[in-house]
Amino acid sequence: MAAAPSQIGGYILEHLTFLTNKPQTTLVNFTVIDYDTVFFSVLLAVLFAGSFYLVARRAAAGTDRVPRGFQSFVEMIVEWVDSQVKDVYHGTNQLIAPLALTIFCWVYLFNFMDLVPVDLLPDIAKSVGLAHLKVVPSTDLNGVFGLSLTVFVLMIFYSIKVKGPLGFLAELTLHPFSSKNKLVQALFVPVNFLLESVTLIARPVSLALRLFGNIFAGEMIFVLLALLTLVHSWAALASFSGWALMLLQAVLTFAWGVFHLLIITIQAFIFMVLTIVYLAMAHEHH
Amino acid sequence: MHINLTLVIQMAVFAVLIWFTMKFVWPMILGPMQERERRIAQGLAAANKGEEELKQARAGAEAILREARERAGVIVDQAQRSANEILEQARGAATQEGQRLVAAAQQQIELDAARAKEQLRQQVGALAVAAAAKLLEREIDAGAHEALLNEFAAQL
Repeated sequence: MAAAPSQIGGYILEHLTFLTNKPQTTLVNFTVIDYDTVFFSVLLAVLFAGSFYLVARRAAAGTDRVPRGFQSFVEMIVEWVDSQVKDVYHGTNQLIAPLALTIFCWVYLFNFMDLVPVDLLPDIAKSVGLAHLKVVPSTDLNGVFGLSLTVFVLMIFYSIKVKGPLGFLAELTLHPFSSKNKLVQALFVPVNFLLESVTLIARPVSLALRLFGNIFAGEMIFVLLALLTLVHSWAALASFSGWALMLLQAVLTFAWGVFHLLIITIQAFIFMVLTIVYLAMAHEHH
Repeated sequence: MHINLTLVIQMAVFAVLIWFTMKFVWPMILGPMQERERRIAQGLAAANKGEEELKQARAGAEAILREARERAGVIVDQAQRSANEILEQARGAATQEGQRLVAAAQQQIELDAARAKEQLRQQVGALAVAAAAKLLEREIDAGAHEALLNEFAAQL
C-alpha cells in the first residue's frame, strides 16, 4: 500500500512550515514571527549559556579542585576554541574567542536538533494544539542570517574601529587594482568598489547559506526516509513488506544519522572558523 | 523561504548570548584553567628543584660522614698512641722507682753491715785485750798497746 502523492506532498509541506503568528505570503515581512525558531533558539541558548555558566562558576570557585566530568568536557571545548582563535588571530580583541565559542556551541546545538526524530516534537506539538513545528533553527533562513548578519555587523564595526572610516573606505576602493597614475587610479575606484563590495557582502551570505543548505538538506533526507512508512498502521506489522520497510527505514535513518553527526559538527566548525577569519581580517591593515 | 521579524530577534538573542559568554563564561573558565596550568608548572618545577636539592644534600651528608669517619680514625690512632706513651712513661717511672728503692735498700744494708762490722771489730778488740789480760794476768797498758790492738782489730 503506497501513499498517495497528495499525502506525500502534504507530509513534506508540513515539515517545511513554520509555526507563525500569521501566514507569510511575501519573501520579506517584518510583522511575521517564527515562534518555533525563536523558541528553540532561546531554549538552546539558555542550555548552552546555563550549563557553561555553572561550570564557569565552579571553575572560578576553586582552582585546587581537580576538574572532572562535565567540567573537563567544557574546558576541553574552551581550550580547543582558544587554540583555533590563536591560530588565526594574534591581536588583543577580547570578543573574538568568546564569540567563536558561542557560535560553535549554539550552531552545534541548532544542528543537533536535526538528530531528534523528525516527527517526535511536531507530533507532541500537534497533541497540544500547535499546527506546525520546525525544531531546527539552522533550517530557518532567519536563524542562520541572524548569526551571519551579526557577524557582518561586527566585521564592519571592527574594520572601521581599527582602520578608521577612511581606511575602511580605502580598503574598499584601492584594491585589487591600483596605479601610481592618479587619473588611472580614479578610473579604478568604482571597479574596485564594486568588486570589494561583492566580496564583502558575499561573506555573510555564504556563511548563512552554507549552513542552511547543509542542515536543510540533511533534514530533508530524514523527512524522505520517514516517507517509507508514512502510511503504516499497526496492520502493517502483519505483512512481510511492512516489516521490511520498517527495517529499511530504521537502517537508513541510522546510517544517515551517523553521517549527519559528522556534518553538523563540521558545519558548526566551519561557521566558527570563518567567523574568526573574517574578524581577524577586519583587524588587519593592508 | 522567507525573511521576517525572527531575523531581528535572532540577532538580538545572539548579541545577548555573545555578551553573556564574554562576560560570565569565557574568562571564568579560561582564567582558572591558565591559573591551574601555571600552578602545575610551578609544582613540577618545585619537584625538580626538590629532587636536585635532595641529591645535593645526600652528597653533602656522604661527604660529612666520610670526613667524620676519617677524623674518628685519626682520633683513635692518637688515643692509642698517647695511651702507649703514658704506659711507657709509667713503666719507666716504675722501673726507676724500683731501682731507686733497691739502691736505697742496698745502701742501707751496706751501711748496717759496716756499722755491725765496726761494732764487732771493737768488741773483738776489747775481748782480745781482756783475753790477753787474763792470759798474762796482769794489766795491759791499754794506752801503750793501743796501736797494736787497732792493727789487730783491723785484721779481723
